[in-house]
Amino acid sequence: MIKAIMSLVTYSATLTCLLCMCLLWPATVGAQSVTVGSKNFTENVILGEVLRQLAIHDGEDVIHRPQLGGTQILWNALLRGDLDAYVEYTGTLTQEVLADLNIENDIALEEALNAQGILMSRPLGFNNTYALGMKPGLADSLGIIKISDLRDHPNLVFAFGNEFLDRGDGWPTLRDRYGLPQTNVSGLDHDLSYRGLDSGDTHLIDLYSTDAEIAYYNLRVLEDDLNHFPVYNAMLVYRKDLVDRAPRVVNAFLRLEGRIPEADMVAMNASAKIDKTPEVRVAADFLEAAFNIESKVQEETLWDRLIKHAGAHLYLVIISLSAAILFAIPLGVLSAFLPRMGQVILALVGVIQTIPSLALLVFMIPLVGIGGPPAIVALFLYSLLPIVRNTYAGLTDIPGPLKESAQALGLPAAARLRLVELPMASRTILAGIKTSAVINVGTATLGAIIGAGGFGQPILTGIRLDNVGLILEGAIPAALLALLAQGVFEIMERFFVPKGLRLKTQG
Amino acid sequence: MLSIHNISKIYDGHIALDTLTLKIQAARTTVLIGPSGCGKSTLLRTIIGLVPPDGGHIIFENMEVTSETALQLRHRMGYVIQDGGLFPHLTGYDNVALMARYLGWEEARVDARIRDLTELTRFPEDSLQRYPVQLSGGQRQRVSLMRALMLDPDVLLLDEPLGALDPIIRADLQDDLREIFRTLGKTVVMVTHDMGEAAFFGDEIILMQDGRIIQQGTLHDMIHNPADEFVTRFINIHRSPLDVLNSETIAR
Repeated sequence: MIKAIMSLVTYSATLTCLLCMCLLWPATVGAQSVTVGSKNFTENVILGEVLRQLAIHDGEDVIHRPQLGGTQILWNALLRGDLDAYVEYTGTLTQEVLADLNIENDIALEEALNAQGILMSRPLGFNNTYALGMKPGLADSLGIIKISDLRDHPNLVFAFGNEFLDRGDGWPTLRDRYGLPQTNVSGLDHDLSYRGLDSGDTHLIDLYSTDAEIAYYNLRVLEDDLNHFPVYNAMLVYRKDLVDRAPRVVNAFLRLEGRIPEADMVAMNASAKIDKTPEVRVAADFLEAAFNIESKVQEETLWDRLIKHAGAHLYLVIISLSAAILFAIPLGVLSAFLPRMGQVILALVGVIQTIPSLALLVFMIPLVGIGGPPAIVALFLYSLLPIVRNTYAGLTDIPGPLKESAQALGLPAAARLRLVELPMASRTILAGIKTSAVINVGTATLGAIIGAGGFGQPILTGIRLDNVGLILEGAIPAALLALLAQGVFEIMERFFVPKGLRLKTQG
Repeated sequence: MLSIHNISKIYDGHIALDTLTLKIQAARTTVLIGPSGCGKSTLLRTIIGLVPPDGGHIIFENMEVTSETALQLRHRMGYVIQDGGLFPHLTGYDNVALMARYLGWEEARVDARIRDLTELTRFPEDSLQRYPVQLSGGQRQRVSLMRALMLDPDVLLLDEPLGALDPIIRADLQDDLREIFRTLGKTVVMVTHDMGEAAFFGDEIILMQDGRIIQQGTLHDMIHNPADEFVTRFINIHRSPLDVLNSETIAR
């Protein structure tokens, strides 16, 4: 028995090493190239694409990881070195990222960034500040022109971008500053909020001043009469070591300084969001107009995209699920044989399951960076519970007399496990794996938020661009893949579950 | 061959075995009988090391049964339980062959041994490839017996082997079993709660109550020289209803 446990421990240790190697491998291989990132809104994605094409034009190789989520994800990835550069806004840095430091001006900001090993460029040329917006008809009928006018209308319904709802310069301080009484305030993806406003479900939303929708929907932008919002000059933040590592790339990037006036940015946003031009094309058109640079833009066909997303999705699912199977079955066995330890193991994997998937993904970034590895670790953790629990249940449900019969034959514990107990529990274990696989395929779509790609990518882009076709491009294959996974495991039942367990009792 | 010294076992305050001492004679069939909860099954399970005793010891051919020696000693004991205890994921054949294969027997040797056992237990050879769910209760017990006999053990331990069978199958198997015991001349210890079965099989009958031996001997001894009131009562309860009917008719 002790021998069996020892070999289990050795087995788990070996697996842990293997998994770590798996996760670190892509990181070390990718270390040479330069990576830029962008936040999960269209303007930032376009600018990330502009950076990439500028560098490529100068013959440098740069990877762009689009729409990685919110500020915290990008900032942490930059500090860790998973990203080398991205476009940030001064107000966001002073009010949110470095809010504790009470930074007064750009010089202080530059010093604070420097202390963390980060450099900033001069402003790119436009200020994308926050603003509040309403439909003009409603604003007129209530006589609302400036933010302080809102005090007299406590029943208005507000919907803000999720980031705006919590950040240091967002709703909490805005409310305090103006003494706003509204309580019906909810969080919403920024790209969806315009639709909410248009349909009348919400009366007021937060705007980015360069949003193309302001003109498109002819919105009333409320005057910030108490000067709550700071300036949000767009500029590049990049790692100090990039200057030595890839000086030509930095030079290429810095050509953007002062070259994007607000009108150009609004036009680019309009082109992407209103005219549905792909960001790659929007960026190329801008570079051609402003720098006379011709970029080769390959537009991917639907088929190319499907194959790319399926590949990334399967990569996440297969690695995380295989690792989960290799770990969870021994954990289940251990739980069944050492009941006290089993309680701890089962409680632990149960608790993991209760962590919201988005939160778990973000927790992983400081540990393993952005992209595939954190998504794989998170998916691996989510896949444990069904397999551990079913292995445990399958083994403990074997009737006592049968367990004793195996003992009475004189089989040692390890042989009983291998020859009798695991085969008898195989159907239950496989059912656990099947459940894990379906959950895994579904949850993997969230991986796109932290740059892991997969079918979540078109879903995210589709939400951002209000493009149902793109959303379906991710949702339908993801659903089909879940069905396929289920089917594959049903077929595997024929091979893994002994025939004697699949027969119906006769007579 | 098999001696039991001062064995005790307590489950949750209930005394299953109370300083019980017993010598099992070689090449004979010893039957353990008594009301349920008297400790007869527990005694059988301590012999094969499934239940560690709280006190006392069991010596099997000069070797004490302990958690260390149990694995080895079990190869020299065959164990059959009420429902057969066959592994549902293995065919009848594979159930019988399991332990021999684990010990590294050649396939030809396994096969030859199983052919012999099918003959001995009168099991239909073409049913060997069936799974337990596809076999009748009586067939399952025959396979279980084959599995117990596979390594040619010195002792055969049977825990109510006929308990779950319907009467006709039971009668058939009963005859075959006694025949097999006689042919093989093995030491057999069988647990039953049926006095008729005990008398049918037992060279020696051990009547137990509350973890102790009340009387040891033949049915004849127990009827004519009962150790106490309980023995007589136990035997009377087990008289066939048909016998009772008979004696009433005669009395009239």
